[in-house]
Amino acid sequence: MSEPELYWEDFEPGTTREFGEKHVTREEIVDFAKDYDPQPFHLDEKAGEASILGGLCASGWHSCAMLMRMLCDGFLLKSAAMGSPGLDEVRWRKPVYVDDVLHVRQTCLETRVSKSRPEMGLVKFQSEVMNQKDEVCMISTGWMMIGLRNPASRESA
Amino acid sequence: MPWFEDIAIGETTDLGSYTFEADDMISFASKFDPQPFHIDEGAAKASAYGGLIASGWHTCSVWMKLMVKTRIAEKARNGADDGSPPGGPSPGFLDLKWPTPVRVGDRVTYSTEVIEKVDLKSRPGLGIVRSLNKGVNQNGELVMSFIGQGLIQKRDHS
Repeated sequence: MSEPELYWEDFEPGTTREFGEKHVTREEIVDFAKDYDPQPFHLDEKAGEASILGGLCASGWHSCAMLMRMLCDGFLLKSAAMGSPGLDEVRWRKPVYVDDVLHVRQTCLETRVSKSRPEMGLVKFQSEVMNQKDEVCMISTGWMMIGLRNPASRESA
Repeated sequence: MPWFEDIAIGETTDLGSYTFEADDMISFASKFDPQPFHIDEGAAKASAYGGLIASGWHTCSVWMKLMVKTRIAEKARNGADDGSPPGGPSPGFLDLKWPTPVRVGDRVTYSTEVIEKVDLKSRPGLGIVRSLNKGVNQNGELVMSFIGQGLIQKRDHS
């Protein structure tokens, strides 16, 4: 594996970046729903149209998973990412429909170094999943664990 | 799905168990979360985790799978035309934690417990039900928890 390009030090509170382009197909929506969330409005157009959601749409967990993939491709895979302890909140604001094209608007909210593991930092992000009309479909707020480039220099600082 | 009025705080439902196999973990993560410690046993061994671990979204998605399975079984037991409302959509969830990694061969047992019911002034026909959802592995360690929220229909409203 190659050396990471991005470390904890590279994330600055208050900065916002946009990235990703995910075309959501009918097949992907239905495949995910069959495996993990087989409710009628995630499987069938007619059932979707008859529901409060107004059309065949992706499982909220599928949206979370698609956001994760955009985060991976957008920066995580070239970073010293070490996983996540969890999220404060996910809000599903609008359904993700067949043929939506999604992207991410991500703001870095807060950073700190782990007390128990000085080689590791934590970064709190707010990630908004936007569709092709720039509507916010989902907002996720949570922490990621990212390795430090210079753990020793932080200690002496 | 029961009506809002019939849901009792403290009610806990066992959703069943799921065994995480390596090929399943790698298949999910390859699609949605291809970080080395989720898809590559060698890289996972060399990472801080010391071995392959499931994507947290896989752990959560399996909760949903077992939740829907449980609701479908309930509906079948009560008869398809029992007059109960369909399951409502969720506005999202709170306080998701992945305290212990899920490793190859782990058997995770999932549950849901009703913790709060909220009336909606803006929509008298609906209420929000909050539940504490958990996944626990074969050693009794919590691998996942979050507070879920569902919009549930009321039987009686004026």
